Amino acid sequence: MALSVADPTRASRPAPRRRPVRPGRWVLVAGLTALAVLMVFPLYWMLVSALTPGGQAQSGTFSLFPTRPTFENYTQVFSTQPVWRWLGNSALITSVGTALSVVVSLMAGYALAKFRFLGRGLLYSAFLVTIMIPIQVTLVPSFLVVAKIGLVDSPWAVILPTVFDVVGIFIARQFMLGVPDALMEAARLDGAGEFQTFFRVVLPSCGPLVGVLVILGFMTRWNDFLWPLVVLQGNENLTVPVALSTLTNNPAFSSPWGAVMAIATVTVLPLLVVFLAFQRQFVQGIASTGIK
Amino acid sequence: MSLRTETAPVRTTAASTAPPTGGLPAGGAARRRHGRFVPYVFIGPAALLFLGFSLIPIVTAIALSFQDSSTSLGDGTWVGGKNFTDMASDPLIGTALRNTLVFTIGTVPTAMAIGLALAVALNRPLPGRSVFRALFFVPMVAAGVVVGVIMSWIFNGDYGVVNNLLDALGLGRVPWLTAPGWAMATLVVVVVWTRIGFCMVIYLGALQSVPAELKEAAAIDGASRWVRFRTITWPLLRPTTSILLILNVVFSLQAFDVIYVMTGGGPGFSTTVLIQYVFRSAFIDARMGYAAALGLVLVAILLVFTLLRQRANKKAEEAI
Repeated sequence: MALSVADPTRASRPAPRRRPVRPGRWVLVAGLTALAVLMVFPLYWMLVSALTPGGQAQSGTFSLFPTRPTFENYTQVFSTQPVWRWLGNSALITSVGTALSVVVSLMAGYALAKFRFLGRGLLYSAFLVTIMIPIQVTLVPSFLVVAKIGLVDSPWAVILPTVFDVVGIFIARQFMLGVPDALMEAARLDGAGEFQTFFRVVLPSCGPLVGVLVILGFMTRWNDFLWPLVVLQGNENLTVPVALSTLTNNPAFSSPWGAVMAIATVTVLPLLVVFLAFQRQFVQGIASTGIK
Repeated sequence: MSLRTETAPVRTTAASTAPPTGGLPAGGAARRRHGRFVPYVFIGPAALLFLGFSLIPIVTAIALSFQDSSTSLGDGTWVGGKNFTDMASDPLIGTALRNTLVFTIGTVPTAMAIGLALAVALNRPLPGRSVFRALFFVPMVAAGVVVGVIMSWIFNGDYGVVNNLLDALGLGRVPWLTAPGWAMATLVVVVVWTRIGFCMVIYLGALQSVPAELKEAAAIDGASRWVRFRTITWPLLRPTTSILLILNVVFSLQAFDVIYVMTGGGPGFSTTVLIQYVFRSAFIDARMGYAAALGLVLVAILLVFTLLRQRANKKAEEAI
């Protein structure tokens, strides 16, 4: 980004050390292209297999594209399985879960960054320790909690336990530390209450933060697997990834791979669209989980 | 001059994404003029959810690890440290630990090395640079389950495209997922595929903060590209490398979805890593207490590793 901005100025003046493009550079580009093809091939193959009629996909001969692409797999799987329900469940869980979690994370991050209160250090360290604990360890006890509230097999069983998001709180706190206190002071001097200060003054200055939190939250929830697998049971209540994992041994299909790949494309598509539209925020979000 | 115009925008974007800790002492005025309850209102929802869905389950899991329980809490009897002593005589623990080690050593340095190489390659002007970045990053977007089913299909023994290609070339078919050694190797390749983009992005971010002046100065002194990388870039990347190492090890120790979908820990127990064994003990063998104890051992390994790395970092910093 910054480099491409700087390039024109550089080109307009004599550049003493600028070497001519060497053949080595083209070798590099060729190597990168080969690697890029390898990286994208699995996704390409998913699409190709989804468009290949069931019988032909399951053959031992090598080919890189279907001779006669059809939507046969899609019509078959959409007519025999509650795919729209799965998509609806995923959409509901992802959107409501992300919205709630972003609000909770922003508020917690604000409190941790901008207030001094009893137990702040202890609470924050306790939050951070939970990052270390793999979900398998708490899977059963968490299930018991959800069962006790009577939520099993409802979307809320997936939504509620994931609203508390340590990574989100951590990112929010880091960002809020950089919001100038003078901004809050000014708002308070103007007579704004604490909540007005937060919603009208602090939050509007946190645009990039909210973008990162929304995209990260959306991605982790849409892709979540193990927890929904445990708390969702009825076939029509599943999320798309969980449903996908059950399809490979679904007796409804004689040759399941075409159907599986069709659902796989449907699972990846929303995130791919979000990724292409918000590439920068996406990469920033992923990177900020790494800056601990 | 031209250097300054080049680095300045990079710095400002870096500052806006990861602001430095600064400003006045936190919320001085807030405490003076407003009720002391205010911060508790803001932290309240998070704290309550933490209590209900994190702390209580964790404490329960610890309690469970000292019980002999088949399904859930309540029907178990207290057995003291029996679950932990049982591990000594469980031959599968050794298998799971060995598999975990092989999987971690196979995935972490490979993904980091490829990610670093790509980051260095893409850190200078190249035709199609942003397209390359996006393409290398795309696998990150796919869910573990999706990666699992796609790769199971690609590496399918009878109809998979890889074996069909090998067959067409006159080479034999390979039992990618059905022979013990091959299955682990295939999983490593698949997980590296998902992880390269992440390592690349983190390294790219770090490379932007390596001052171009330093490298240019070294170039004028006649240092080759490799020498410049080894003496300037690599030492400056050390903090990033150690963060990435910790993160990647944690990811590898917790890797579940892909393994669950592709091999389920098999064939035999050849790809049963520790986290897979925890899941198996709990939900297939119905030994909840034992599974909880195994989980705590895993957490202990994670903690020890993180602490060791932090100490090594501190030492490295002192040495410089």
